[in-house]
Amino acid sequence: MFAIYKKEMRSYFINAIGYVYIAVFLAISAFVCCFTTLQMQSYEVSLYFTIMICALVVLIPLLTMKLFSEERKLRTEQLLLTAPVTITGMVMAKFLAAFTMFAGTVLVSCINFYPLYKLADEARAADEYAEITSKLGPNTAIIVGNLVGVLLIGMAFISVGVFISALTENQLVAAVSTMAIILAMILVGALNSIIDNYVVRFIISWFSVLDRFANFGYGIFDFNALVYYLSISAVFVFLTIRVYEKRRWG
Amino acid sequence: MIKIDHLIKRYGANYAVDDISFSVGEGEIVGFLGPNGAGKSTTMNILTGYLSATSGTVTVGGLDVLENPLEAKKLIGFLPEQPPLYLDMTVDEYLNFGYDLKNCTLNREKHLAEICEVVKITDVRKRVIRNLSKGYRQRVGIAQALIGNPKVIIFDEPTVGLDPKQIIEIRNLIRNLGRDHTVILSTHILQEVQAVCDRIVIINKGKIVADELTENITRAVESKRRFNVKIAGPQREVLAMLKSKPGIVYAEALAERDGDAYTYMIESEVGVDIRKNLFYTLAEKNWPMIGLEALGMSLEDIFITIVDTSEEKKKTRGRVSVEKKVAQSVMQSTAEKQSRTEEDKPDTEA
Repeated sequence: MFAIYKKEMRSYFINAIGYVYIAVFLAISAFVCCFTTLQMQSYEVSLYFTIMICALVVLIPLLTMKLFSEERKLRTEQLLLTAPVTITGMVMAKFLAAFTMFAGTVLVSCINFYPLYKLADEARAADEYAEITSKLGPNTAIIVGNLVGVLLIGMAFISVGVFISALTENQLVAAVSTMAIILAMILVGALNSIIDNYVVRFIISWFSVLDRFANFGYGIFDFNALVYYLSISAVFVFLTIRVYEKRRWG
Repeated sequence: MIKIDHLIKRYGANYAVDDISFSVGEGEIVGFLGPNGAGKSTTMNILTGYLSATSGTVTVGGLDVLENPLEAKKLIGFLPEQPPLYLDMTVDEYLNFGYDLKNCTLNREKHLAEICEVVKITDVRKRVIRNLSKGYRQRVGIAQALIGNPKVIIFDEPTVGLDPKQIIEIRNLIRNLGRDHTVILSTHILQEVQAVCDRIVIINKGKIVADELTENITRAVESKRRFNVKIAGPQREVLAMLKSKPGIVYAEALAERDGDAYTYMIESEVGVDIRKNLFYTLAEKNWPMIGLEALGMSLEDIFITIVDTSEEKKKTRGRVSVEKKVAQSVMQSTAEKQSRTEEDKPDTEA
């Protein structure tokens, strides 16, 4: 299993795709961070994270589109499936490789917050009434809460991408379908403002990944949301495994 | 080493593999023959655990491939029809990946170097697989199958795309592997089977139609002789003489004509060398023999006849050809063998 993980990580870095992903992610995050904080003269980061979650619609498919579809097209999956590795191991290895890439870039993008802290320090140093302004600056708890939330949402999105990739041998189809589904998962919450029926609203809010994010946004660790995102990931990883099982029996 | 028992693989109403049973002993090299779509690759894919069977069991080294896949797969090295290569890796990276994937415990450097030496890819180890020619790619695929020194090696059409020199090298390689490995290879090149395999299993439309030692088939092929003879003389009389001559089982006048000489095709009886005798007879009658050409009956003919006979498409044209006889004898012995194993079964179970 570790061999496959290693291979996937390597594959991100010997093909352009890994670099494209990292570059686009960091560029978007830096731009959005400037725009939502420095430009608006605010230490508030919630908007930044919300926009970044929307950006994942484009970014996640870059990581997941080729995981299974390429193996299938090049018939290399035959090597993996006839090797002494379980299907679960193979799927988990690929899932974890994509998640490692994602988590890595999210952590690197934290560099964006450095200017905020730096500015806050300078503002405090320049201010005579330091006691009053001591609370000035970004709220670390909120940032950490948001980071955890983004990592969890990303994990759920990656599991969707992994699943879609296992369904097709065409990378483009995989990428576009993944985008569509992730977009739907983000936007579905908006329907709630139109629909009156309680039951329908309840169901929709269950599917809406953004609704669960709210508490993380306030810097509160939300155990329910944690379970929710982990469940989504588990369900899609499980479905991916089933796709492979089924193909063997087909 | 390998035991396939009543294996069936069905796609909808379509039987890709229809009740196949055979076993392969340790150190045996078995050639798996059959026309396209006969079920060769399907059988091999089931054997390696890539596909699952609809019913029936496959055991490798006593381990059931379905029930104990991880242990069973460790015993198998597999080269699929299309070598599963990661084109963006170098040969070295690819082999190292294979080494990790198979949880190999042999000395990495030494083992990989040995394999590269054996399949002759040492000088391309640093190159990216994408840039290699078909022949080299095939060899990298073979190298991959050899990693971990598995007891059973399964090759699906190993020599496709190689040049004649490489083909001979690979065949020698397979023969050498057969000394301490069990090898199954599928192919539709018959000389390959003849050159490499101890045993031939012919499969058509998902069923085994022949299962025989190569030497038995070769012997059967060689025991009957057929010649084209060119004889100057009146066609009808010569033909009558040939037909009535003892030792000749079949004679036919061919359309070919060279002045006053006609060509005849004759088949001699088993174990009789008719040539000298025929020469003297003709000399006596003053019909000069101006040409004598031995017609080899190749494994190809046997193969085609076996496949045709199994399909019962071609009706026998007046005579029963030698190929047909050989094919029938081979098929009959296979059928007997299989029915014998069927009979054996209740005994062992009891």
